Amino acid sequence: MNNSTLIKQGLKRRYRKEQAFRVLGLTSVCIALLFLVILLLDISSKALPAFIQTQIELTVDLSSEQLGLNKDSSNDEIRQADFRAVIRAALLKRFPAVTNRQDKRSLYSLVSTGAEYQLLDLVLADKSLLNQTSTFMLVADDDVDALIKGAIDRRLPESDRRVKNQKLNWIEALESDGAVHSTFNWQFLTSGDSREPELAGIKGALMGSFYTLFMTLLMSFPVAVASAIYLEEFAPKNRLIDLIEININNLAAVPSIVYGLLGLAVFINLFGMPRSAPVVGAVVLSLMTLPTIIIASRSAIKAVPPSLREAALGVGASKMQTVFHHVLPAALPGMLTGTIIGMAQALGETAPLLMIGMVAFIVDIPQSIIDPATVLPIQVYLWADSPERGFLEKTSAAILVLLVFLIVMNALAIYLRKKFEKKW
Amino acid sequence: MNELMMASPMARAKSELTGNQVNVSLAATFEHTVGTPCCDNPKIQTKNVDVFYAENHAIQDVSLDMGANEVTALIGPSGCGKSTYLRCLNRMNDSIDICKVSGDFILDGEDIYAKSQDPVLLRARVGMVFQKPNPFPKSIYDNVAYGLRIHGLTQNKAELDDMVEDSLRKAGLFEEVKDRLNAAGTSLSGGQQQRLCIARTIAIQPEVILMDEPASALDPIATAKTEELIAELKENFTIVIVTHSMQQAARVSQRTAYFHMGRLIEVGETDQIFTNPQHELTEKYITGRFG
Amino acid sequence: MSLITLIFLLLVLAMFTYFIGKQKIYAQYQAQPKSPGRRILTLPKYFGYVAAMWSLFPALLVWMLIELIEAPLINHQITNYLASQQIEVGENLSLYLNEIKNIEASHLADIEPIKQAIYHRYTQLNTLANNSKNVIVMAIALLMSIYILKRIKVDTAARKIFEKIIELILLMAASIAIMTTIGIVLSVLFESVRFFGEVPVMQFMFGLEWSPQTAIRADQVGSSAAFGAVPLFLGTLLISFIALLVAVPLGLFSAIYLSEYASVKFRTVAKPILEILAGIPTVVYGFFAALTVAPFIRNLGESIGLSVASESALAAGLVMGIMIIPFVSSLADDVLSAVPKTMREGSLGLGATQSETITKVLLPAALPGIVGGVLLAASRAIGETMIVVMAAGLAANLTVNPLAAVTTVTVQIVTLLTGDQEFDSAKTLAAFALGLMLFLTTLVLNMIALYVVRKYREQYE
Repeated sequence: MNNSTLIKQGLKRRYRKEQAFRVLGLTSVCIALLFLVILLLDISSKALPAFIQTQIELTVDLSSEQLGLNKDSSNDEIRQADFRAVIRAALLKRFPAVTNRQDKRSLYSLVSTGAEYQLLDLVLADKSLLNQTSTFMLVADDDVDALIKGAIDRRLPESDRRVKNQKLNWIEALESDGAVHSTFNWQFLTSGDSREPELAGIKGALMGSFYTLFMTLLMSFPVAVASAIYLEEFAPKNRLIDLIEININNLAAVPSIVYGLLGLAVFINLFGMPRSAPVVGAVVLSLMTLPTIIIASRSAIKAVPPSLREAALGVGASKMQTVFHHVLPAALPGMLTGTIIGMAQALGETAPLLMIGMVAFIVDIPQSIIDPATVLPIQVYLWADSPERGFLEKTSAAILVLLVFLIVMNALAIYLRKKFEKKW
Repeated sequence: MNELMMASPMARAKSELTGNQVNVSLAATFEHTVGTPCCDNPKIQTKNVDVFYAENHAIQDVSLDMGANEVTALIGPSGCGKSTYLRCLNRMNDSIDICKVSGDFILDGEDIYAKSQDPVLLRARVGMVFQKPNPFPKSIYDNVAYGLRIHGLTQNKAELDDMVEDSLRKAGLFEEVKDRLNAAGTSLSGGQQQRLCIARTIAIQPEVILMDEPASALDPIATAKTEELIAELKENFTIVIVTHSMQQAARVSQRTAYFHMGRLIEVGETDQIFTNPQHELTEKYITGRFG
Repeated sequence: MSLITLIFLLLVLAMFTYFIGKQKIYAQYQAQPKSPGRRILTLPKYFGYVAAMWSLFPALLVWMLIELIEAPLINHQITNYLASQQIEVGENLSLYLNEIKNIEASHLADIEPIKQAIYHRYTQLNTLANNSKNVIVMAIALLMSIYILKRIKVDTAARKIFEKIIELILLMAASIAIMTTIGIVLSVLFESVRFFGEVPVMQFMFGLEWSPQTAIRADQVGSSAAFGAVPLFLGTLLISFIALLVAVPLGLFSAIYLSEYASVKFRTVAKPILEILAGIPTVVYGFFAALTVAPFIRNLGESIGLSVASESALAAGLVMGIMIIPFVSSLADDVLSAVPKTMREGSLGLGATQSETITKVLLPAALPGIVGGVLLAASRAIGETMIVVMAAGLAANLTVNPLAAVTTVTVQIVTLLTGDQEFDSAKTLAAFALGLMLFLTTLVLNMIALYVVRKYREQYE
C-alpha cells in the first residue's frame, strides 16, 4: 500500500514526460512531412508558368519583295531567305514611331530569336502563305514572357525593373490590341535545349534519359538476376562467395560519384568509349544499380518456400531445372519490383553522369545510344546553373516532369508487389 | 485496420469452425463451471470475462477469484486461453489492438478496467513474470533497479543498493551473483535469468505476481529452484501461475483452475482437483488422455 | 560487314547447330531398340544446347581477344607508317592519332594533305583488321560447329555439361561485383599514384590551402597551384555534421513515433510519404537548397544582423539532413523492431510507461544497431554530391562556421573533372586522389556499420 502511494506521487511527472516524448515524436514526423510539402509546393508553383507560352500576334508581310520567294521556291531557297528581316519589318510597321537605332534594337527584342525559325517552319509546311500578308503567333522573348506572367512586377520603379518603360509601353499597347496570347507551351515538351529560355525544351533530355535507362535495364537486369540466382541457389560456402557478398553490400553504399570516376577512368580513358553517350552512362548506372537489384532479387528468391524446391527435386528435376522452372517464375515479381526501384534510382542519378561528360550543352535530340546526349536530372542541373531568370521556371518544370516519371515508376512497383504478392 | 479487415473473413471462418467443434465436444458436457470459483479471502475477483481476438472468441464467460497470499494455478491444454486470461489481469493485452476484453475485474475492490485506473500503476501492483526469461540488456544490478528507478521508490543510492540486494536474496539469486552485479543480465544461465526476472518483479513489491509458464524454458534443476521460490514468495504475495505441467500445479498451488477451449471448466482446491475431479473433461486432462 | 551482321551470323549458325545436334540425337534415340523399362533419356534439346554453345562461345572468346589487341596493333602500324614517311607529329602521339581517327569522311577535303594520307592509311588498316577479324571469328564458329556435331552422341552427358556451363555463367555474373570493386580501386589508385608523383602525399593530406587552378601560361604570376585538401575535408565534415544533426534526431523520433505511438491508419499513410523524401533525386534537393533554402537562411540571418554567405554550409547541410531522414528512420525502425517483444513486455509488465520503456530499455538495447545506422547515414552524407555541388560554394575556406561558404571533396571532384581539360594535368589527377579518399572513408564507415549491425542482429537471433 505504501508503495502504491509513493508511485502515485511520481505519476503526474512521469505522464508529463510521456506526453512530451510523444509530442516530440509527432513533431519530428510533421517536420519531415511539412518539408516535403514545402518542397513540392515550391517547385510546382515555380514550374507551372513554364507550361504557358507567351506569343505575340504580328501581321507579317511575306510578299516576294520582302523575301524574294514565290510559291514555286524550293525548300532550300526558303531556308536561305531572311525571315528575321520580315519579322523586324512587321514590328516596325506596328510601331512606326520608332526610328532611333537603339530603340529599334530594343523593339526587335520583343519577339524571341527563335521566331524566325518558327516562321520558316510554318512556311515550309504551307507554301501558300508566301506572297501574302498573314497574322502569325510568334514566341515572345523571355523578358516579355516574364512580364506577362507577372514574374517581373510592372509597378516597380523603372530603375529596379528589368523591362524598361519604353518596352513596357509597347507591350501594353500590344496587350490592349489583344495581340498578346498565352497558350500551352508544347515547345517545352517537343524541342531540345537552347540558350534562349523561351525556346528551351526537354525532349532531348527525355530521349537521353530513355536511351540511358533502356540500356541500363538491358544490362543490369539479366546480370543481377543471374547473380542473385547463383548466390542463393548454387553458391558453395567458400571464401570467394563471402568476398562477393561483402562486395555487394559495400558497393550498395559506395557514393555514386565514385562510379563516375570508374566510368571516366576505365570506360572512357581506357576502353576509349565515346564521351557523353547514353551507352556509357548506362554501363556506369548498371554497375551502380546492380547491388540494389541483386539484394532485392535475393530476398525475392529467399521468399520462395523450400517446399516448392523439394517438390520439383522430388519428381527428379535437376537443380537447374528446379530453379529455372519453379523458383525463378515464383520470384520474378519481387525481382521486377526491385528492378523498377533500381531504375528509378538510376533515372534520378546525376553525379556519375557528370563525370562521363553527359553534361555538355546539346541542342540536337539524340537518335541512338551513341549520340551525345544529356539526361533529365542533368538538364535540371544545367538550367539551374544558367544565369537567365527564364530558366528558373524551366528548371522547376523539368523537375516536375522528372518527379512524375519517378512517381509512375514507383506506383508501378507498388502495383506489381500488391498484384503478385503471395502468402506462402 | 487494414490487416484486421483482411484477416477477418478467414478468422471468422476459423472461429466458426472451432466454435462448432466446441459445441460438438462440449454441448453435452459443459453447462457451467464446476467447483468453487469464489473464495473466502479474494485478492482478485473476475466475473463474466469475455475476450475477443478480432473475431475469435478466446475467453468465454469466465468467473474466477484468486485468493490473497495463495498460489492459484491455471492449467489446461495449449490454446485454451489461460495465458490470455492471465494477461488480462494486469492489462498487458492493452497494447494489442485487436484484443477486446469485457467483464468485471476487481483488485481489492477496485475495477482494473475502470477509466480512472492507470495501467502503469496497476502493473506496478500486479507484476508479471514471462514464459521466456527476458532480462534487459543491462547489468544484473540495473535489471533489478530498473523498476525502482522508474517508479522513484528509493531516495538514495544506499537505499537502492539495499533494495536490490534484498530482492536478489528473496529471489534466491544473491549468493550466486553477488560478486558480479555489474555483469550483463543476459550472461546468466536460463534458470538464473528467470530468477533475475522474478527479483526484478518483486523489487517494486507488487501485491500480485502473475507468472506465465515461468519454468517452461528451464531445465529440471532450475525448475525445481523456481518452484521452491514460488512457494516462499506466497507468504508475501498473491501468485497466479499458468502452467502446462500438472505436476508443477500440484506442487506449488493451493487452488487450481482448469481451462478448456476458452471456458473455465472446473476450479477448486488443488488436492481435490487432482485426486477427485468432478468434471469429465478435467479428469480426461489430468489422466493424460488429451492435452 | 558490320558488328550487327557478325553477331547475327553467329547466332544463326548457333541456332542451326542447335537443330542439327538435337535432330541427330533424336534420330539416334529412334534407332535404339525400344524396350520397356529402359532408363530415362536426356532430352535431345540439351544436346542441341551444348552444340550451340560450342559453336558460339569459343568464337566469342576469340573475338574479344582480337578486339583487345586490335587498337594497339593499328596504332603500332600507324606509328611505323609515320616513321617511314618521316612525318613529325610533335610530342603527343596519342592525341594526334585521336585527331586522325575522329576525322569525318565528309570533311576530308578540308584538311591538310599529310593528315589525309594518314587518314587513308588508317582506314585501310582498319578495314583490313575488320575483315580479318570477321573471317577468323566466323571460321572458328564454323569449325567448332562441325567438330561438335561430329563428336556429340547419345553417351554425352549433355544435361550435365549444359548445367555446368550455365552455372559458370551465373558465377561470372556474380563476380561482376568483385570486378566492379577492383575496377574502382584500380582506377582511383592508379591516377592517385600519378598525382602523388607530382604532389607529395603529406602536402595533400595536411596542406591548409587548396587552389588547384594551375596557370594557363607558365610565366604567369601567382601560377603555383596548391593541393592541400584539409579545407575540403573540414568542409565535408561540417556539412555532413549539420546533416546528421538534422537527420538523426528527426529520423529517430519519427521512427519511434511511427512504430510505437501512431495509429495503424496514420502509420500506413505517413510512412510511405516519408519514404518519398528518399526517392527524390538529389539534384532536386540541390535546386531547392540553392534557390529557396539558402536565400531564406540568408535573409533570416540578415534580419537578425548576422552575415550569412549566400552559399552557406547550413543551407546545404539542412537540406541534406532532410534527405537522409527516411534513411535513418527506416534503419531505426528495422533495428527497433528487431528488439524482442519480450523485452518490451518485461518493462511494461513492471509498470513502466511507454516512453520509459523506449528510452530505458529499447533504445539501449538497440544502440549498436542505431550507431550502425548513423554511420551508414554519415557515409551517405559524405558521399552526397549534387546538393553540395549546387548549394555549397567552391571557396575552400578553412572554417567551421556554418554560416560561411565551404566546399567539399565531392564538389571539387566535379569541378575538376567537368569541362574540357587535358586529362594528364595535376588538376584532373587531384580529382582521383580525392576520389580515393572518399572511397576509402566511406568504405571504412560502411564496413564498420555493416559489421556492427550484423553483430547486433545475431545477438537476438
